[in-house]
Amino acid sequence: MLLDALLLQLGYNATLVAIGAALLGTAAGITGTFLFLRKRALVSDAVSHATLPGVCIAFLLMAAFGADGRNLAGLLLGSAVSAGIGLWCMNWLTRNTRLAEDAAIGAVLSVFFGFGIVLLTVIQILGVGRQAGLEGFLLGSTAGMLYSDALVIAGGGALSLLMILLTRRPMTLVAFDPEYAAARGLPVERIDMLMMGLVMAVTVVGLKIVGLILIVALLIIPAVTARFWTERSDHVVLLAGLFGGLASYVGAALSASAPNLPTGPIIVLVSFGFFALSLFLAPNRGVLAAVMRHMRFQRRVHLRQGLLALAQGQAIYESLTLRLLRRAGLVRADGVATERGKARASKALRDERRWEIVRGDMAHEAAAALYDGLRDIETVLTQDQIVEIDRRIGGPREVLS
Amino acid sequence: MTVELANTCETQDQDALIAQSPLSIRGLTVSYGEKPAVFSVDMTVKPGQMTAIIGPNGAGKSTMLKAALGIVPPVSGRVQVFGRALDEQRARIAYVPQRASVDWDFPTRVIDVVLMGLYRELGLLGRIKASHRAKAMDCLDRVGMGDFAERQIGQLSGGQQQRVFLARALAQGADLYLLDEPFAGVDAATEKAIISVLKSLREAGKTVVVVHHDLATVTEYFDNVFLINTRRVAEGTVAEAFTEATLQVAYGGRLATTQVDQLARA
Repeated sequence: MLLDALLLQLGYNATLVAIGAALLGTAAGITGTFLFLRKRALVSDAVSHATLPGVCIAFLLMAAFGADGRNLAGLLLGSAVSAGIGLWCMNWLTRNTRLAEDAAIGAVLSVFFGFGIVLLTVIQILGVGRQAGLEGFLLGSTAGMLYSDALVIAGGGALSLLMILLTRRPMTLVAFDPEYAAARGLPVERIDMLMMGLVMAVTVVGLKIVGLILIVALLIIPAVTARFWTERSDHVVLLAGLFGGLASYVGAALSASAPNLPTGPIIVLVSFGFFALSLFLAPNRGVLAAVMRHMRFQRRVHLRQGLLALAQGQAIYESLTLRLLRRAGLVRADGVATERGKARASKALRDERRWEIVRGDMAHEAAAALYDGLRDIETVLTQDQIVEIDRRIGGPREVLS
Repeated sequence: MTVELANTCETQDQDALIAQSPLSIRGLTVSYGEKPAVFSVDMTVKPGQMTAIIGPNGAGKSTMLKAALGIVPPVSGRVQVFGRALDEQRARIAYVPQRASVDWDFPTRVIDVVLMGLYRELGLLGRIKASHRAKAMDCLDRVGMGDFAERQIGQLSGGQQQRVFLARALAQGADLYLLDEPFAGVDAATEKAIISVLKSLREAGKTVVVVHHDLATVTEYFDNVFLINTRRVAEGTVAEAFTEATLQVAYGGRLATTQVDQLARA
């Protein structure tokens, strides 16, 4: 059943939802990355909650003028207007009062959302039009998705991606170093506004599928997930698009494979699955890698300290050190150095002396930056460089009568 | 009559000076809240020379520089760069912000930071070509960071970060270099590398302005000083403006008399 869903064999609606979700996930992942890099991830949460009053007011207006209150384009337009007002309020509060951005986010988010819920209740009491379905904007509802809805999502997503392609350089520059960007004459405020505008567009477009409460997950989780795998901002952007698209596609397929599974929440959970896997398994920044690195580091420290102690004829008290030395065949069971142990120990001591020279010499700066007291010097310098350093140290010389 | 004549001459000289000056500031006031950090400051930077902006902590040194570049909005004041409006001359200015102003865990490599200096050349969609890379590498080599090009910026020491920032400014190929505390908290090797790059810029006819905190090195490094403590205290060559009297005014009781004495004589 799941396989059928993944291969788009579950009928027209499921296919439409899966493709729409994948497009939305990609656009949200990529857009959200810039928000994440600018360290303003939570702004998107306020923006999304601020859409609700707009949806309700648009519904009421359309119903009052005798149109179909559930016209998606109309509802999205309304949500965009109220999200824009919310965004403006947040900017105004941060700039013109002493409120910090987090407080402004909290204020705007709760007030707009509260107002939206009140309007939603009013609509239910009034019984105007066919209000059924407006609640779907809270958590998304894909059951009745139309071909035209999918087109709106695809169009909005594609437009956002095009804007990002055009402005990725200034947006990255502003995210990394806003002062430098301003000094170069970039309109930092306008670039920030554009970024927020794009986030708003993705949010509005995504209301139908994941709903306004969970859209923040689609914007932020893929970026955070991607960050685990790379140290380059352009790669973070691409990977976030990939993770976002994939999670949304798989999530939509999963929810279609069984009756009554909500699409938005399932997408968020799949996205979280990718995040959790990355958190543990990513090669450099992952938790597992960090633990292993620490253990390896600890072993190397002990071995090195042991060798230096051997070379200087000092006693070794730490049992871990002795165990490691023994296991490496460097000391015998009684703690006395083997031949190999002696050789390695004197090498370690000599490396210490060589490192001292390297670290005192600007010409070797790049190598010196790698100094950690553990590395064998030949992993960093060429044989010629080592010979040159040894010449400076001066080796043991034969005494000539 | 004669007095009036002399006055007109003086104004013309002033105008000529401003037109030539790489950076001229008139009546600049910057305020955080109601308390001015910089008050009605005039500054005329001399071309092709190295100028230090000096003053105690909180004297408005960095703020003045940021306001001059439009990073911080001024309350009042006029800024001209090479005799024209700031926005017409942006391409001729290279700014090196304080190291602590950015997050060094940002996902980017050393070479990518320097390539940001080529922002104008690259444009919005231009591909990064081998020639751009070569230029960036050349700038890294000039600050002794060529071997670090592929490293993650988070792995650098403070001094190395500062040199990467300088390399980014070099990549712009500007005529006026403005540096905010480039020697703060860097190692001796970095300080030497930076000052030698700045001197080579001066030899190439560029103008260098540095917000500086270390009074001991002023005489050795700079041609001119600009002393500020919210208001302008003194401006001129090191011999003219870096004296016991001016330092006493700028720093108030914060420097011991013997210290001032030593510095002024150094």
